[in-house]
Amino acid sequence: MAGYMVLFWDDEAAWAAASEQDVEQAMQAHRDFGARYAHALRGGSRLYPSGTATSVRHDRAGIIVTDGVFAETKEHIGGYYLLEAADLDEALAIAKAVPCPYGWVELRPVLPGSEYRPA
Amino acid sequence: MDAAVAAALAEAHRQEWGYVLAATARVTRDLDTAEECVQDAYAQALTAWATSGVPARPGAWLTTVARRRAMDMIRRNDTLRAKLPLLAGPGLDTGPDALIEAAEDVPDDRLRLIFTCCHPALSPEAQVALTLRLLCGLSTADVARAFLVSEATMAARITRAKKKIAAARIPYRVPPAAELPERVEAVLDVVHLVFTTGHTAPAGASLQRRNLTERALHLARVLHQLLPADPGVAGLLALILLTDARRHTRTGPDGQLRLLADQDRDQWDRDEIGEGISLVKAALRHRPPSRFALMAAIAAVHAEARRYRDTDWLEIARLYDVLLEIWPSPVVALNRAIALGEAHGPQAGLDALDELGAEPQLAGYHYLAAARGEFLRRLDRTGDARLAYSEALLLAENQVERDFLERRLSQL
Repeated sequence: MAGYMVLFWDDEAAWAAASEQDVEQAMQAHRDFGARYAHALRGGSRLYPSGTATSVRHDRAGIIVTDGVFAETKEHIGGYYLLEAADLDEALAIAKAVPCPYGWVELRPVLPGSEYRPA
Repeated sequence: MDAAVAAALAEAHRQEWGYVLAATARVTRDLDTAEECVQDAYAQALTAWATSGVPARPGAWLTTVARRRAMDMIRRNDTLRAKLPLLAGPGLDTGPDALIEAAEDVPDDRLRLIFTCCHPALSPEAQVALTLRLLCGLSTADVARAFLVSEATMAARITRAKKKIAAARIPYRVPPAAELPERVEAVLDVVHLVFTTGHTAPAGASLQRRNLTERALHLARVLHQLLPADPGVAGLLALILLTDARRHTRTGPDGQLRLLADQDRDQWDRDEIGEGISLVKAALRHRPPSRFALMAAIAAVHAEARRYRDTDWLEIARLYDVLLEIWPSPVVALNRAIALGEAHGPQAGLDALDELGAEPQLAGYHYLAAARGEFLRRLDRTGDARLAYSEALLLAENQVERDFLERRLSQL
């Protein structure tokens, strides 16, 4: 088994413009997803929008704290799931089921803690 | 070196590389190590076969040697190995010793290797490159030349793809039945791209790259052998055979391009045509027909016409109609337009082509301009034909095709 992270890249403007009903529908879809794939899910959460982000960088001058996200893009990371799967095909089957009405998801293998080197 | 040994080795390289590598990867669970072991086995064969003769089953000999070498490497590098992500897949977790003991009965793992190389999580370019390298044993330099990129670029592309296979755990297995049709389609796309790239090289001095067309034919044969009931596979094999059957007639003795109309049909490969037609007939019985079976059926109509003027263009146009329904691609629409022109006259063809003028996918496609030029020429619209051929000439990069277009222009 291996760990995978599903990152949601969300169009925040589209979320902001969504109706109450659309948002509730999306949340229900996530609850349904969570129930269906409970056996594989190891964690996950939504995030507040990127306007709440604070960046922390280590610089020669010390630690610099700035407001906002690191890169200005239209889509931002809006949440994540951590899951466990036997291989990429199994992880993809789950990732395809992640509700993502205003963006897309990115699937990344988790680098196991101890010995592995990043490939 | 003994000529017979050299020939046997070259043949084993063409025929067995993918088989040996697939079986070795099962032991190493690492593609780089597997490649190293297989290369080593071929190097050993050079001396061993010269001394004790070519074995009765070269593939089995090479597999045994490569797998034994893999075992040695694994035992020596066990600690390093624990730090590497290994190929994931069913039946790979049994230790390498257990696998070696069963070496008498090595399973054919080529399908696993094909589906791993052609996994949709890899870019199409990487899928093609891995397939040519791992299944066909082409060198990185050869793959780079075929796709007009530098060897360094191609090496980086292959390395990145291999790393992704291991780290993201792209499985080394044949997909389950539910996923199989979609995954087979991806494999067929790769093999078809290898063939078309070899059939008409995207650029360069020669029209064809035989090493690619031969590898594509070999891959299609292997696929058909491993998935005999799949109509798409049979269709692609038929399409390759029926197209490849014209290989000797596509250029004249002077190297000049010969259109279908001017080819010496007596020189077409009748064995390949016969095999292709019987495959098409079987593949078309499947409903709905696969796109490669339809393309093969079109090639079969050409193959069945003993003279160009006997070509059943109405049948070809009808087949393109069906093809366009299941595969609405601008390139298919372009070929349909050409068939309509042949069936109903140049004005009908030109009208159909002009409907495609706005297709962004065809914007840089020289065949559209060349086809317009041809129909305009037949309509005696010399000025317009000249413009169309000039446009095609701006876009074409294969020298043989460029020479043809220049000749057409000068004959106007």
